[in-house]
Amino acid sequence: MTDSSPAPEEGASCVTSFTWECRGMTDSSPASEEDAPAEPITAREVDRIRRDFPILERRVRSGRRLVYLDTAATAQRPVCVSAAMTSFSSASYGAVHRGAHRLAEEATDAFEEARTRVARFFGVAGDEIVFTSGTTAALNLVAFALAEIAAGPATGSAVPVIRPGDRILLTEAEHHANLVPWQRLARRTGADLAWIRLGPDGRLGLDDLDTLVTPRTRVIAFTHASNVTGAITDVARLVAAARAVGAMTVLDAAQSAPHLPVDFRALGVDVAAVSAHKMLGPTGIGALYGRAEILDALPPVATGGSMVEIVTMTEATFQPPPARFEAGTQAVTEAVGWAAALDYLSHLGMDRVAAREATLTARLLAGVAGLDGVRVLGPDRAVARTGAVAVEIAGVHPHDAGQYLDDLGIAVRVGHHCAQPVHRALGVTASTRASLGVYTTEAEVDAFVEALGEVRAYFGAAR
Amino acid sequence: MESLYRELILDHYRHPHAKGLAESFDGESFQVNPMCGDQVRLRVTVTPASSADDATLADVTWDGGGCSISQASTSVMSDLVRGLDLAHVEEVAGVFARLMHSRGLGLGNDADEDVLGDAIAFEGVAQYPARVKCALLGWMALKDALAKAVAGDRSPARIPEGFA
Repeated sequence: MTDSSPAPEEGASCVTSFTWECRGMTDSSPASEEDAPAEPITAREVDRIRRDFPILERRVRSGRRLVYLDTAATAQRPVCVSAAMTSFSSASYGAVHRGAHRLAEEATDAFEEARTRVARFFGVAGDEIVFTSGTTAALNLVAFALAEIAAGPATGSAVPVIRPGDRILLTEAEHHANLVPWQRLARRTGADLAWIRLGPDGRLGLDDLDTLVTPRTRVIAFTHASNVTGAITDVARLVAAARAVGAMTVLDAAQSAPHLPVDFRALGVDVAAVSAHKMLGPTGIGALYGRAEILDALPPVATGGSMVEIVTMTEATFQPPPARFEAGTQAVTEAVGWAAALDYLSHLGMDRVAAREATLTARLLAGVAGLDGVRVLGPDRAVARTGAVAVEIAGVHPHDAGQYLDDLGIAVRVGHHCAQPVHRALGVTASTRASLGVYTTEAEVDAFVEALGEVRAYFGAAR
Repeated sequence: MESLYRELILDHYRHPHAKGLAESFDGESFQVNPMCGDQVRLRVTVTPASSADDATLADVTWDGGGCSISQASTSVMSDLVRGLDLAHVEEVAGVFARLMHSRGLGLGNDADEDVLGDAIAFEGVAQYPARVKCALLGWMALKDALAKAVAGDRSPARIPEGFA
């Protein structure tokens, strides 16, 4: 401790002291009043926001300017996210939760600070946030932990012990990540798998909810917003139904968290999953939120370093949450980047982001409604839906439509978007999906609608 | 994009050849592209039936749904391979697969290009890696159906739940 270098705290503040600030954050945007409807982010602000995303200046096929409408697959990142990661890597990187040297301390602080910021963003406590590689890993963690509990002796606890004949209730709107893990859990435990059907409007049919939720329903897993139809789920209704029978609620918030204010505590769900890369952050990081009593009652799934207390040659005791679920070296740099992305979104204000995207979604839906032979798969009004808009184009396969759009520089998603049952329920095998983000402009929406209007003629499906 | 959607491809897409399954067959295959759900169900008859290498591919019929590339490729393929002996079919399939994996560099060989006939129109597909699977879907079904025919396996192809 004879280090005589000045300003010993300089390094610790490094994570937030990077200088490559995003312009979208330097603007003093009006803070929205309590209880007053949020003012949408203005088109002028979007122009400034776009300068934080250099990739949007890219030229793609035939020198065309990129029109990025694939944010629901993965969002582009502002420069301050990579700046935060670079700054951390250049100044404070070291092993987290191990070692007593200065860098280990700073890296641990940065990692835990990131956790705190993620927790604050979602309205929950820091130790209720488990870092995972993303939504898929988070949902699998829960399903595998429940399988482990089911395999052991029954214990009275905050989480269900699933027995043969018990029910796991899903919805037909699920992404494969919130479907396949539950299929496997049902197979392992002998539980019966049931699901809430999709209506023709792409929303969940909740009329027979009371019969679907039986006294033996142990888990209700559902998406907050469909990645195909964009429909936002009536979470309060499903949570109430689950509570009435003591079932655990699992929320897939991958498609809602980037686009609207999401407060897990206020939603009342037991666990929830999110991915950073959908919300302007890096890949390889996401989180499982679990109500404290729930996480306390779940066993670890992956085991190894960092998650144990005492280890002998024959057994081990485990850390309390969240460390219990974070075996091995974590994606520390990505966690720091994610926190920067959340700061960016918080600065914009999620209510203002939602208002902006609702305006753009209405423009997109109105444009598509004017096209012959194009059907929106999901709600056709910009109410209780996100800006993920999938369409069926009569006589044109989505791959062909996507290729046509790509030639004009327009990036959309084509295929089944990892949600085959949703497509089957809506009578198609695949679709063409445009999805909006905070950086999307009116001109981009119009370019998509115009190009979509040309596709059928090109492939001979219309004159 | 014109290099991808050659007129010949769009023509076959709009008016596919050999589409509609024959009643009888010596081998049947069902192939699906998991990326997009594109599907091809294909039947072959060989003469003499379930013989060795000197057999001829007497007929190919298929049904399916999917993008213009997968549907047109299966249509062009059917015209190209009908009536060829099986060794020749394998050769053509090999050349086509090589073209598809050329990353747009082509075969660099006129003799090989001649072997492909109209199927050379799919050369542009090789520049779009995501579409190569589409172009090969029918060819995979053909290979599988022929293998079954040669093995004397006339069982219907297994069709996964959810596909018509």
